[in-house]
Amino acid sequence: MAFTFSGPQLEQIETICARYPARRAAILPVLWMVQEQEGWISAEATEAVAKVLDLTPAAVYEVITFYTMFQRKSCARHHLQVCRTLPCWLRGSAKLLAYLEKKLGIKAGEQTADGRFKLSTVECLASCGTAPMMQAGHRYYEELTPEKVDKILEELK
Amino acid sequence: MEPILTKNWGKPNSRKLVTYVESGGYGSLKKLFQMSPAQVIDEVKASGLRGRGGAGFPAGVKWGFVPKNTGKPVYLVVNADESEPGTFKDRAIFENDPHMLIEGIICACYALSSHVCYVYIRGEFFLQWEIFEAALQEARSNGLLGTNIKGSGFDLEIHTHRGAGAYICGEETALLESLEGKRGLPRIKPPFPAVKGAFGCPTTVNNVETIASVPWIIEHGAKAYAAIGVGKSTGTKLWSVCGHVNRPGVYEIPLGFPFRTFLQEYCGGVWKGRKLKAVIVGGSSVPVLTANEAMQVNLDYESLQAAGTLLGSGGMIVLDETTCMVAALDNLSDFYHHESCGQCTPCREGTGWVEKIMNRVDQGHGLTEDLGLLLDLADNMQGRTICTFADALAMPVRSFVQRFRSEFEEHIKLGRCPFAGPEWM
Repeated sequence: MAFTFSGPQLEQIETICARYPARRAAILPVLWMVQEQEGWISAEATEAVAKVLDLTPAAVYEVITFYTMFQRKSCARHHLQVCRTLPCWLRGSAKLLAYLEKKLGIKAGEQTADGRFKLSTVECLASCGTAPMMQAGHRYYEELTPEKVDKILEELK
Repeated sequence: MEPILTKNWGKPNSRKLVTYVESGGYGSLKKLFQMSPAQVIDEVKASGLRGRGGAGFPAGVKWGFVPKNTGKPVYLVVNADESEPGTFKDRAIFENDPHMLIEGIICACYALSSHVCYVYIRGEFFLQWEIFEAALQEARSNGLLGTNIKGSGFDLEIHTHRGAGAYICGEETALLESLEGKRGLPRIKPPFPAVKGAFGCPTTVNNVETIASVPWIIEHGAKAYAAIGVGKSTGTKLWSVCGHVNRPGVYEIPLGFPFRTFLQEYCGGVWKGRKLKAVIVGGSSVPVLTANEAMQVNLDYESLQAAGTLLGSGGMIVLDETTCMVAALDNLSDFYHHESCGQCTPCREGTGWVEKIMNRVDQGHGLTEDLGLLLDLADNMQGRTICTFADALAMPVRSFVQRFRSEFEEHIKLGRCPFAGPEWM
């Protein structure tokens, strides 16, 4: 899967680089740019990021693998990320996860066959006062109940 | 008590510059620019303001460590990587009053003679990042950022930097590595960030809440701030409360406030009319307190330390009588093993061992010698690594096992968990 940055993107990358005294510091913002557009970061995209920032692909790849939010495989359209850490657990996150697994017919870490949902558990998202919760895309879904979950799953086409 | 950090929360359009200015926002700048940077540092020192991220180190003293005239730029880095389980107060500052943080950054940068600030925001906080970017844009177009701020001759630019999912990046040197575009592995200290921080330059890393407290101090004076609170715990603190209470949320109270009153009056007491079993007062990394201990404690740095715990980030997790303490520690051990950066052996291996042992004790396959092994592991993790991450699991392990030993023994004896597990709703 070929990957190239467009002209405007290359300009944007230079604007990002100008914020820092070292070009390498732009890795995270540029990786975000790629993932926002593609949904994940392919080997080809990794090489393109390395090239534009004057780094080796390995230097970029070690950063990608360190951070949990970067996807190294193409991801389902909606990535449901259920917080499993203590504050959410105290408010029933294990039962919320079981409900989602049953409803979607997949286990945490899997995707539905139609490519619509991926289900994951994640660590504390700083939403402890509104537990249990999950993140999908940029959005937090908080104070979840079975009814709310049903509605969210219907809305996420 | 007059609120300092939360005074604008809940107002319509509280995120907007106009709302902020109407309530006196950016009012500290006039006074700020009449002071010398050294005077600002002295004022913050005299206020007694301590780091609100977890360590509780005096902020003004930290600023004073930054060497002058090195010929290198000085950076302020704001730690908005809020990831400590139970902590969601900085998020509330972004959502309710982003301009208070910007005003605080201007004050801090002026004191440090810094002209570039990076705000490192955890990757999951997309909405909060957007809110903050919009506030920065408003500040820029109103002459509050950029060159010659309000005719003072002082220049400042603030850049946001999004993380991408790694608890360890809340540790200040891991955060700096991450800012520089590397894996978030904590650095060996010394050199401390004050001397060699971001990009090899003198740097101060401060938590969001710490910086947001500064404008009030500049405007009202150190003396007024130091008059709030108790002893060396001056000012107000945001507590984010979660778990088994009727009203979870973020509350501002003066330091030294009694926990018992706080639980009843602010948090609405323990939910479902149940009894309190335990409280983790300062984020998941601090020692857990029994209900009895918690009910007698006051919420300030010294009182909490005397009670055998720490104030930490102020992320308070309340556990009711139905909670299984073994399962709770099992849950936390999964978290710490997942989040260990793997750089130091005692932490990489120790968190894995604790996780495995806790999994089996929780599932009823524990051995009698496991409790001694857990305490031994805690002793061999704490203080033996580059950063305090290993301590952050050692402290819960030790306190859970010591304070709730009978529950652990019961699991091992019964060969199963006697509790039903948390309800959903």
